[in-house]
Amino acid sequence: MAQKITIEPVTRVEGHGKVTIHLDDQGNVQQSRLHIVEFRGFERFVQGRPYWEAPVLVQRLCGICPVSHHLAAAKALDVIVGAGTGHGLTPTGEKMRRLMHYGQMFQSHALHFFHLAAPDLLFGYDANPAIRNVIGLIITPEYKDLAVQAVLMRKFGQEIIRATAGKKIHGTGAIPGGINKNLSLEEKNEFLNGPDPMNIDKMIAWAQASVDLLKDFHSKNAAFIDNFSMFPSNHLSLVREDGALDLYHGVLKAVDSEGNVIFDGVDYQNYTDYIEEEVRSWSYMKFPYIKSLGKEKGWYRVGPLARLNTAKFIPTPMAQKEFEIYKAYTNGKPNNMCMHNHWARLIELLHSAEMIKLLLNDPDLMKNDLVTKGKKVSKGVGLIEAPRGTLFHHYEINENDQITKANLIVSTTNNNQPMNESVNFIAKKMMNGQKEITEPMMNAVEIGIRAYDPCLSCATHALGKMPLEISLYNENDQLLDRMKK
Amino acid sequence: MGLFNNLFGKKLPVETPLDKVQDTVSSAKEVIKTDIQKEVNMSNKVKFIIDGKECTAEKGMMLVDAAAENGVYIPVLCHMKGMIPAGSCRVCTCKINGRNMAGCTTPVDEGMKIENDTPELTELRKTIVEVLFVEGNHFCPACEKSGNCELQALGYKYQMMVPRFPYSFPPKAVEAGAGKIYLDRNRCIMCKKCIRTVHVDGKNVFAFRGRGAHLEINIDKTLAAKLTDKQAQEAMDVCPVGSILRKEKGFDEPIGTRKYDKHQIGSEIEKVS
Repeated sequence: MAQKITIEPVTRVEGHGKVTIHLDDQGNVQQSRLHIVEFRGFERFVQGRPYWEAPVLVQRLCGICPVSHHLAAAKALDVIVGAGTGHGLTPTGEKMRRLMHYGQMFQSHALHFFHLAAPDLLFGYDANPAIRNVIGLIITPEYKDLAVQAVLMRKFGQEIIRATAGKKIHGTGAIPGGINKNLSLEEKNEFLNGPDPMNIDKMIAWAQASVDLLKDFHSKNAAFIDNFSMFPSNHLSLVREDGALDLYHGVLKAVDSEGNVIFDGVDYQNYTDYIEEEVRSWSYMKFPYIKSLGKEKGWYRVGPLARLNTAKFIPTPMAQKEFEIYKAYTNGKPNNMCMHNHWARLIELLHSAEMIKLLLNDPDLMKNDLVTKGKKVSKGVGLIEAPRGTLFHHYEINENDQITKANLIVSTTNNNQPMNESVNFIAKKMMNGQKEITEPMMNAVEIGIRAYDPCLSCATHALGKMPLEISLYNENDQLLDRMKK
Repeated sequence: MGLFNNLFGKKLPVETPLDKVQDTVSSAKEVIKTDIQKEVNMSNKVKFIIDGKECTAEKGMMLVDAAAENGVYIPVLCHMKGMIPAGSCRVCTCKINGRNMAGCTTPVDEGMKIENDTPELTELRKTIVEVLFVEGNHFCPACEKSGNCELQALGYKYQMMVPRFPYSFPPKAVEAGAGKIYLDRNRCIMCKKCIRTVHVDGKNVFAFRGRGAHLEINIDKTLAAKLTDKQAQEAMDVCPVGSILRKEKGFDEPIGTRKYDKHQIGSEIEKVS
C-alpha cells in the first residue's frame, strides 16, 4: 500500500520544518520533501522604514546568526550611503566588522558541531534519543570535558561579538558606512591574554583539537560518513579576488560538481544577472538557482562544503594545512559528500580562531576613524559568508530615505534544493522496501538535514516553535501512523 | 471659530489669516510663561512634605520641578522644566492633600502634603506606562531611541515584565518627507512636547490633528524644511520616545553608552539629596 511519511518537526535545527516521504505499494520512496512551515515576512514589513534601521531590524530574523544579517544589511547600506563595497570603509570600520564576523563564525560553528551534530556522531545515529543530545554529552564521563569546552568556545565567540557589536545577541555595532565603536585596550588584552582557558591561543588549540577529533572519527567511520548522503551539485560562495577563502567580503564564484568554473569574479551588486529564485507551493522557502543553468540544473550548495570547493586556499597557516589534507581526500576535486560539511565547518572554525588572533593584534582596531560616507545612491546589495553559507541582502530606497524594496536570499534558502536532495537520498537508502519506519531511520533523515546547519527561521524570514514529526499515510492520504519527537 | 477668535482674550477678525492666528497663540503662550515665572519670582519660599520628607521651594513652582530641587523624583513624560505644563501623560500623578493630581500642573503651596512613592501610585504609574505601550506600536529592538527613551526607561523602572493589556496595534502612518525629520507616529505618546518647543519663524512645526481616537501628531513640512541640523537634533531630543528621529542618524551611539544604559531614570535627581 502506498504511504506518506511525515517527519514533523525536524529537531536540532534552528527553526521549524517537516519532512514528507511518499512510499509506493512496494514500500519504495517515490518522493520526499523538506517543507518549511514558518512564515515571517521581513521583506515586506521592512518597507517604509528608514534605511539606517535595517541592520538592527532585520537581524531579528535570527538569534543564532544575527551578526550575519546585521553585517550583510550594513554592507548593502554602505553602498547606499556611498561608502562603496567591502574595502570602501575605514580600516577600523572594516576590521572591527571582520572581528565581529569571525567571532560569530567561531561561536556558531562550535554551537552547531558540538551541540547539534556531535551527539549523532559520537553516540551513533541509532542511539537512544534520550542520550543522543548535548545533555547526553555532558553526563557521559568520556565526553564531559568536550561538552564544557564547547560551551566555553561559544562563550568566547559571543564575547568577541559583545566587544564589537555592544551586545552578544542583536547588537548595533555596524552602521551604514562603518562601525560605532572601536576596540579598547582592555578588551584586546582580555581576548589575547585572558586567564586560561578564555584566551585566543587556547581557542585556536581547541579548534585544532576539534578538527583532529573529526578526522579521527572519519578515519574510523569513513564508509559511513562518505556514503551517508552523496550527490553531485554546483557550489557557490564568495571568495577573495585572489581565490582565497574570505568569509566577510569578495567576489561571487560558482563551480560545478567537477570543479569547472561556472562564473568567477562576479561583483555581487549584479547578483540578479546570475541568480534567480523559484517559488513552490508546498514550502515557504524559495528555491534559488543559477540563471544560466536553469531551474533543473542550476541549484547549488552553499556553506562550509561549498566554500572549501570554491576557494583555492585558506590564508591562515593552520587552517591551510588542514585544507590541504581535506582537499587531498578528494584529489583536489570538489567534495560532494554532505557529511563532509562537518569537516569543512571545523576547518573554518580553526580559520576563524586564527583570524581573530590576527585581527586582535592589528592596531587599526583601536583607531577612531570609524565611518565614511559619499554620494548616496538608491540601491545597495550586501553579501557575506554566514556560518550556513552565502547570505544576500538587497535594499532599495526612495528620495525620503525609506526602504521601498528588500530581497533577502538567506544561506539556508540557497541550500533548499540540496537539503531536499539529501532527504531523498537518505530516505531511499534507509526506507526503501522496509516494512516498518523506525526512529533511527527518521533520525538519519534529520542528520542529513542537520549537516547543512539549516536555520529555518532565517530561511522564511518564523514565529517559531521547533521540533519533527513523521506521519505515515496510505495512498488515499489516510493517516496510518505518526511518530513525534 | 468663535472660541478660537477669542483666544486668550484677544478678539481677532474672522478673516484673520492662519499664520496671524498662530502668531497670536505663540505670543499668548509667552504671556502665560512669563506670568508663571513672575509668580515664582515674586513669591516666597514654601514648605511642603513629600512622603514624610520636608521640602522647600519657591511658591508656585510646579510640583515635579519643586520635588526635583529637593532630590525627589516624580516621573514625567510630557514635562520639562521651564516648559508650559500640559498634564497630558498623567504619569506624574501624586496624591496631593488626599487627592490624585498631576504633579506637572500643580503648583506647590505652603503645608501641602504629597504622597509620591507609594505602592498605590507605583501601580497606577506602571499601568499608565503599560497602556501607553499597548496603545502604540513600540518595537524597542529596532528603535534608535532605545536606551535613551524615557518611556522604555519607565518600563524598566516599574518592572513591566509582561503585557497585561491587549495590544491595540493601531495602524499609523509615518511621515518621511519632512526635511531632516522622520516622524514615526507608531511611537508617539501625544505628550505635546514637540508642539510646545519646536518653532520656526515663531510658528509651531508640530501640531495635533484629528480628535479622540483619531488624534495624531502632524508636522508642517514647509516649516520642517527650514530646521537646521541643530534644531532637528533638539526636536529629536525633546521627544521622550522615538517618534521624532533625525534623518540619517541611527545607532551611532553604541549600546552600553546610552543614557539609561548607565543609570535608571530618575536616579540623577535622587542623588541630589
